[in-house]
Amino acid sequence: MAAVPLTPSRLHGADIARTASVGLHTRKLRATLSALGIMIGIAAMVGVLGLSESSKSDLLAQLDRLGTNLLTVQAGTGIGLGSGELPAEAAGMIARIGPVETTSSISSVGGASVYRNDLIPSGQTSGLTVQAVDLNLLDTLAGSVADGRFLDEASGAFPTTVLGSVAAERLGIREVTGTQQVWLGDQWFTVIGILDQFELNGDLDRAALVGMVAAEEYLDHDNVPTSIMVRSDPDHVDDVMAVLAATANPENPDEIEVARPTDALEAKEAADDAFTALFLGLGAVALLVGGVGIANVMVISVLERRSEIGLRRALGATKRHIATQFLGEALLLAVIGGIGGVALGAVVTTGYARFRGWGTLVPPIAMVGGMAAALLIGAVAGLYPAIRAARMSPTEALRTG
Amino acid sequence: MTRDDSRAIIDDGVVLSLHDVVKEYPTTPPVRALAGVTFTICSGELVSVVGPSGSGKSTLLHIMGTLDRPTSGEVTVAGHRVSGLSDRDLSSLRSQHIGFVFQQFFLLSSYTALDNVADGLLYTGMPLADRRALAGVELQRVGLANRVDHDAATLSGGERQRVAIARALVGSPAIVLADEPTGNLDSKSSGAIVKLIEELNAGGATIVVITHDHDIASHFPRSIGLRDGRVEYDTEVV
Repeated sequence: MAAVPLTPSRLHGADIARTASVGLHTRKLRATLSALGIMIGIAAMVGVLGLSESSKSDLLAQLDRLGTNLLTVQAGTGIGLGSGELPAEAAGMIARIGPVETTSSISSVGGASVYRNDLIPSGQTSGLTVQAVDLNLLDTLAGSVADGRFLDEASGAFPTTVLGSVAAERLGIREVTGTQQVWLGDQWFTVIGILDQFELNGDLDRAALVGMVAAEEYLDHDNVPTSIMVRSDPDHVDDVMAVLAATANPENPDEIEVARPTDALEAKEAADDAFTALFLGLGAVALLVGGVGIANVMVISVLERRSEIGLRRALGATKRHIATQFLGEALLLAVIGGIGGVALGAVVTTGYARFRGWGTLVPPIAMVGGMAAALLIGAVAGLYPAIRAARMSPTEALRTG
Repeated sequence: MTRDDSRAIIDDGVVLSLHDVVKEYPTTPPVRALAGVTFTICSGELVSVVGPSGSGKSTLLHIMGTLDRPTSGEVTVAGHRVSGLSDRDLSSLRSQHIGFVFQQFFLLSSYTALDNVADGLLYTGMPLADRRALAGVELQRVGLANRVDHDAATLSGGERQRVAIARALVGSPAIVLADEPTGNLDSKSSGAIVKLIEELNAGGATIVVITHDHDIASHFPRSIGLRDGRVEYDTEVV
């Protein structure tokens, strides 16, 4: 008996995809639901990473705008820490530190308060303070004027004031007409400007600012600084920080508190990072549950489709072809879930970032990583059912039809 | 491979031979489903294997179709000795030389009639367009030219079995094994399927029909009677 040599059974790539999608076609709802599990997991991870990145980029932009080279020098207050005032010559000493670009002194006018008019009882200060400030304060703090103008050489020597944003609101002044006056330190001061909110110096939002000259002349204030704002060369911030206390008060450097206001923002970001890690963990759990869902569906699918497996073996499929088909089906489910998850995650990120006014940034690594995670989960989830399908004997598979 | 090639490979006309085939299932006590079966089937034959339930018909189908291996004895299909072939080789043998028709049809309900038939060639490595072209021709042969694009789920029982027969024949296998092909059909459809099988055989196909129904068996030129795992009679004209 002569026989032509056998040509090995073959399955083209396109046919692998076709056979892998048979189960999804026939059981659409089940396929959708099992892909949904993966989708939620991936969406959670992409969303968390996207939001975290968007918020971080917003913070970086904010830091960039504010500059991380702003330092504040204050006299420590509390038991054994002196008067709360800096030495009068502190500002001058600090200005002589090489990398220091500008300094601005702020002196709290302790005895004075600001009121809407002279009829308000003196106890009702609305939590507002009066601060005598250097004329370059706005530049040093990168602040801006909402209405009117800031103090200058001329106005700083007269009874004029510029209000912080909160102070203006509490004093009932919404815009500057040039004629409004407030009762400040038992005399009338003309309001010449209202400031925008400070991003780092909230105290100044609740203050009425007057020029040092005017403070001395009209409020009988000694202008000893209570805090000094220092803008240093960005490359030498740490060096400047290290010597600030000793420079400001060489006798008692321990009484000086030096701070970098942007540190607070960074600390907040660090706290956000902890939450990001937590949510990423939750996303990973969701993904794992999604993977278990796929594995479950695939095991059931293999049991239900014994006759199809038997038929395919009868048509000439090898064990490997059968395994490939079911593994392919699990991967297909995972890919559908992965694509849906990445899309959903990106949409959620974009929506939330817009709502918060951040620039949207969905990191490519989150999208690629999301798809890779989905594929990995699909492969792991599909492996056991695929092997089980491949090992099923054709006769047993056909008997159950 | 073309249709003519596959039939030309068996130069002495024998497409299937069983020699003293024994199949024992290792249950306790062991069940001997086939107890020494010997026969040969030549190209162009139309044979019925008939026997009551429990006679070993299904086991014989599986052995002839190389879906299972005998405990002892030799099976040769299209010139290939099954005992010398690996599991992968057996898959190749089935994809090229054996067509199956099952009582339950086993069609993919989400596929059209055309794609169900084309799947008969799925594992041969033939491109989809060629498979579909051959499937169209085969559907015409079984009288379903007007049902080509219908989903399998929408077809009647008789039509489904025609699709399944077309799928078994589309690769022009050396032998077609039909397991109770009329088992799930009413008498009218059964008659039509038997007639179709006769026509296809007249067209050159080698077909073995496994059935418990003596009426159907009586239509075919040769009948092998099976009882208790042995050949009770064989009407082969020697």
